[in-house]
Amino acid sequence: MDLHTISEMIAAPDAPDPATWRSGDAWLGGGTWLFSEPQPHLRRLIDLPSLRWPALTVTDDGLEIAATCTLAELHAFTAPDGWAAARLFPQACRALLGSFKIWNAATVGGNLCLALPAGPMISLTAALDGVCTILGPDGPRALAVPDLVTGPQRNALEPGELLRSVFLPAAALRETAAFRQVSLSPAGRSAALLIGRRTAGLELTVTASVTRPLRLSFEAPPSAAAVREAVAAIPADAYHDDVHGSPAWRRHMTFELAEEIRAELA
Amino acid sequence: MTYSINGAEVGATPRPGQCLRTFLREQGTFGVRKGCDAGDCGACTVWLDGTPVHSCVTPAFRAQGRDVTTVEGLADGDTLHPVQRDFVEAQGFQCGFCTSGMIMTAAKLTPEQRADLPHALKGNLCRCTGYRAIEDSINGVPHVETPEAGHSAGHNTSAPAARAIVTGKALFTLDLPPDGLLHLKLLRSPHAHARIVAIDTSAALAVPGVHAVFTHEDAPPRLYSSGRHEHMTDDPDDTRVLDDVVRHVGQRVAAVVAETVAAAEEGVRALVVEYEVLPAVFDPELAMRPGAPVIHAKPAAETRIAFPERNTVAEIHGNLGDVAAGFDSADVIYEQIYHTQRVQHAALETHGCVAWVDERGALTVRTSTQVPFLTRQALCAVFNLPPEHVRVLTVRVGGGFGGKQEMLVEDVAALAALRLGRPVQLELTREEQFTGTTSRHPMAIWVRAGAREDGTLTALQLRVVSDTGAYANHAVGVLHHGCGESVAVYRCPNKKVDAYAVYTNTVPAGAFRGYGLSQTVFAIESTMDELARLLHIDPVAFRERNIVRPGDPMVSVSNELDDVEYGSYGLDQCLTLVRDALADSPEAAPGPGWLVGDGVALALINTIPPRGHFAESDLRLLPDGTYQLLVGTTEFGNGTSTVHTQLAATALGTTPERIAIGQSDTALVGHDTGAYGSTGVVVAGRATLLAAQALRRRLQDAAAVLTTLPPDECELTEEGVVCGSGTVLGLPELHRRATEAGLPVQAHASTDGSPRSVAFNVHGFRVAVRPRTGEIRILRSVQAADAGVVLNPMQLVGQIEGGVAQAVGAAVYEEMRIGPDGRVVNPAFRGYHVPQFADVPHTEVLVAKTADSLGPMGAKSMSESPFNPVAPALANAVRDATGVRLTSLPLGRDRVWEALAAAGVTAEDPPGGPVPHAPAGLPEETAVERR
Repeated sequence: MDLHTISEMIAAPDAPDPATWRSGDAWLGGGTWLFSEPQPHLRRLIDLPSLRWPALTVTDDGLEIAATCTLAELHAFTAPDGWAAARLFPQACRALLGSFKIWNAATVGGNLCLALPAGPMISLTAALDGVCTILGPDGPRALAVPDLVTGPQRNALEPGELLRSVFLPAAALRETAAFRQVSLSPAGRSAALLIGRRTAGLELTVTASVTRPLRLSFEAPPSAAAVREAVAAIPADAYHDDVHGSPAWRRHMTFELAEEIRAELA
Repeated sequence: MTYSINGAEVGATPRPGQCLRTFLREQGTFGVRKGCDAGDCGACTVWLDGTPVHSCVTPAFRAQGRDVTTVEGLADGDTLHPVQRDFVEAQGFQCGFCTSGMIMTAAKLTPEQRADLPHALKGNLCRCTGYRAIEDSINGVPHVETPEAGHSAGHNTSAPAARAIVTGKALFTLDLPPDGLLHLKLLRSPHAHARIVAIDTSAALAVPGVHAVFTHEDAPPRLYSSGRHEHMTDDPDDTRVLDDVVRHVGQRVAAVVAETVAAAEEGVRALVVEYEVLPAVFDPELAMRPGAPVIHAKPAAETRIAFPERNTVAEIHGNLGDVAAGFDSADVIYEQIYHTQRVQHAALETHGCVAWVDERGALTVRTSTQVPFLTRQALCAVFNLPPEHVRVLTVRVGGGFGGKQEMLVEDVAALAALRLGRPVQLELTREEQFTGTTSRHPMAIWVRAGAREDGTLTALQLRVVSDTGAYANHAVGVLHHGCGESVAVYRCPNKKVDAYAVYTNTVPAGAFRGYGLSQTVFAIESTMDELARLLHIDPVAFRERNIVRPGDPMVSVSNELDDVEYGSYGLDQCLTLVRDALADSPEAAPGPGWLVGDGVALALINTIPPRGHFAESDLRLLPDGTYQLLVGTTEFGNGTSTVHTQLAATALGTTPERIAIGQSDTALVGHDTGAYGSTGVVVAGRATLLAAQALRRRLQDAAAVLTTLPPDECELTEEGVVCGSGTVLGLPELHRRATEAGLPVQAHASTDGSPRSVAFNVHGFRVAVRPRTGEIRILRSVQAADAGVVLNPMQLVGQIEGGVAQAVGAAVYEEMRIGPDGRVVNPAFRGYHVPQFADVPHTEVLVAKTADSLGPMGAKSMSESPFNPVAPALANAVRDATGVRLTSLPLGRDRVWEALAAAGVTAEDPPGGPVPHAPAGLPEETAVERR
């Protein structure tokens, strides 16, 4: 929709300078969320895609995903041999409520910063030990993905800070992963999205059912009872309550999906 | 850098913050539609350098230096793109509002995506079709036929607008912006109940571009109802254009008119309103109690509110026979309270209109309405204008479903246009559709029913509480209709109905597909299923024992005679068709952990609303030998335009292409009650058929006079009147000579909607239910309809599929939630789940073989009614599968899981594989009496 209070659309400088940030500014990624709701508090949009950051950079250490990488680019990514967990990428893209046409514009960084419980890029990067690089007035800082998301539509960015990229370590990408998602409808918004990684034990990331990503770690392959116990320890008020599923059902589905993942990776 | 649209450079530059959708529309590519304006519905889909995007969430400047392709750029000259052609051939549309985006998406699907349409199309919502016709379009399955002249009725002729729709050229309400257009935006109430103490407009008026601010001080004092009926007095007068009391969050407070939408919005933000917040009530039961806040302290006699002091708009107390005696004679009694939720029409075109004063000084309103003539009537009343000074018209309307049987935008736009002398446009946002228009009436329905061991119904008793929200538009009619056919379809000597329509401080309810029946049918059909189970009688057989048959009185709350007749009767056939279809179904559980069950429900609907429904048709031969048909009824995807041309063409011995239809404009014909109550064919179509039959006789008579042959030797054909032994008087020549001779080449007919007939729908489901997740999977969906003679099978199937899809939405997914402050919690498609392709089952449509003695060419109505039996059929199937009766809609996975878990139902690794049918035991808390 038209954002009528926007009086200026500026290209981001080559090296974004968050110091020029002022009240009423917003970073513009794909625009698929920003343009989907009224934003009467905003006056200026700073365009990030024009910076042409390389979307996906593979190194020996892992994968750097630019904040401006679109979901379409991530979906089309051809992973190096051995990155078993890269099969999660298209699965996570499909979990987005938006269509493949939204993937053509929506960015990984935008999905992270939006901090919705159901944000599938949050699920993906949190599950793969993602670390964000955040540009700020005092230089860059690193933040683990679960720490970026502080609550439903709340993130840890200070005004003027900018998410530059999220880095996924190769060690996590090489591990076998399992993905489970459930919604009130076949292609609806996630009510629970769990991802497991087979390590020496199991790294289980719980998202969508809870207000912010949670990690359940098991040093050795856990029993069904151990997983159940770990899920049971999630406090009741951690479960999200909105029109996309009751908290009680989300909790129940968290148990169910956790067990399915455990069984698949056992 | 420049902007290029469909290969042509444009000189314009978008504004900062402008989305591509509005930029493209400003450049004249109106095929780019606004459905949600939020990236959810896909109606605005265009290509950027060949890549499909939702243009409503694409910053317009991103198109700089890139090729934009809209639906208008898809065809190669007059040659349609193959996807456009396929959408015509399969008629993959009804209202056509989603079609541009659907085509622009479909044309870019990869083979992998075509193989996975449920996922590929999740960003394209269609509210009309139920997606099967879209699937056929994408898969190249044609349905359109081109029957011979004089034989189009009964065949799949194409909608007249098909080509315009697939090329994006079909005009919808706001696709014709006049010069000098001003824009109106509304300030809406943040409070559920408040008195407006003061409104400071000075800052708003100081916003550059703002022309005027209108408040309650500017609004006419006249009270009216936004709900429109043939009789103005059907609905209580409780509404003002702008009021000094607001009664729900989202009610209009003030209107700002400005040069641009941006300035109008800025003006709205600059308004300063002082409210005196009043106590509010959100529960209709509480609202009826003494001491509840009185929402409309108005005189009952003048407003026709039954009991303003206890917030009760209307009551019904009907008593036939002796229910106490009926229950005494029953062997089993079942009693239950059912709840149906608030759902929204979600027509893809939001409410909107343009109002202006024409050169003759007449107020003219082009609007998205089902009722242009009744809107004129209302505007005349509110602004005290004579009918000849008001013209209301529609172009193509982007979906209605009852939501546009209301005057929700025209009044305030007219106020502004009359005051300012400039054209004024008001286009509601999707959020305003949820917070400021209407919904289905939420109802709480208590049912008690008894039957004897032999399956004979002995007593049926209802208590219905209908929540009409803050205003009474349609409250009375919906209550009566809801308690009518749902009860009347059962032959039972003892019936008692107590029903209440009640104000609350919530967004108003209004006319909605089914008009009250979908709610009560859910309750009654669920109850009939339980009675059958208690008696160990097959639910279809139980119904066969108790349904009305021709000759039986159709009564619900009174024995008074009305004008409903058995013009035809096919309910028995419908029940048989569905029973046989389910019996033949091979579908079984998808795997372990699923429980499978079947469910059936029926619905009766009178083919026409009561107490008069009027239509006129004017048909004339034109000098070029084609025909012009003028009708009052509106086209909003109901397909009536197609059927009107078929009816006329069949009677005139010609083809539908030779009949140009003009419609839904108060300047064209004298009166038309409107396109509601499924009357587009049975009332308006009948007028067209009568006019065509009269014109046929006139043309033959004229030929007889001109050739001096007896009239019975003159036969109207496609090319002309064949006179005597083969001389053909061509139609252009006939027109010329008849006109010269003063012989009429025009005919007019009208209908009054009485007497009325009855139509039937029976739905059957086989479902699998997974207790572990609460998921309901529809394995088989079948609906049998008694629509009389089918005039256009493809369209009939489309209406039923669309009704089923909308009803599946209301049964499983859709719910407007109201927060503790009275606010709508989920006013967007993102939180209000309109069924996507993935959600809608294929429905097999079966038709009873009947011919109606009242409808045109034996046809009956079939628009709203397919919706009505779907939810109870689904709940009955879930009951059959799980043993648990679900009494509240929607049957979302979370609620189903919760209910099954509470009842202790599991299906975990049952010994010997999945359980085919669950035991028919009842949960203990259900109120059941066995005598």
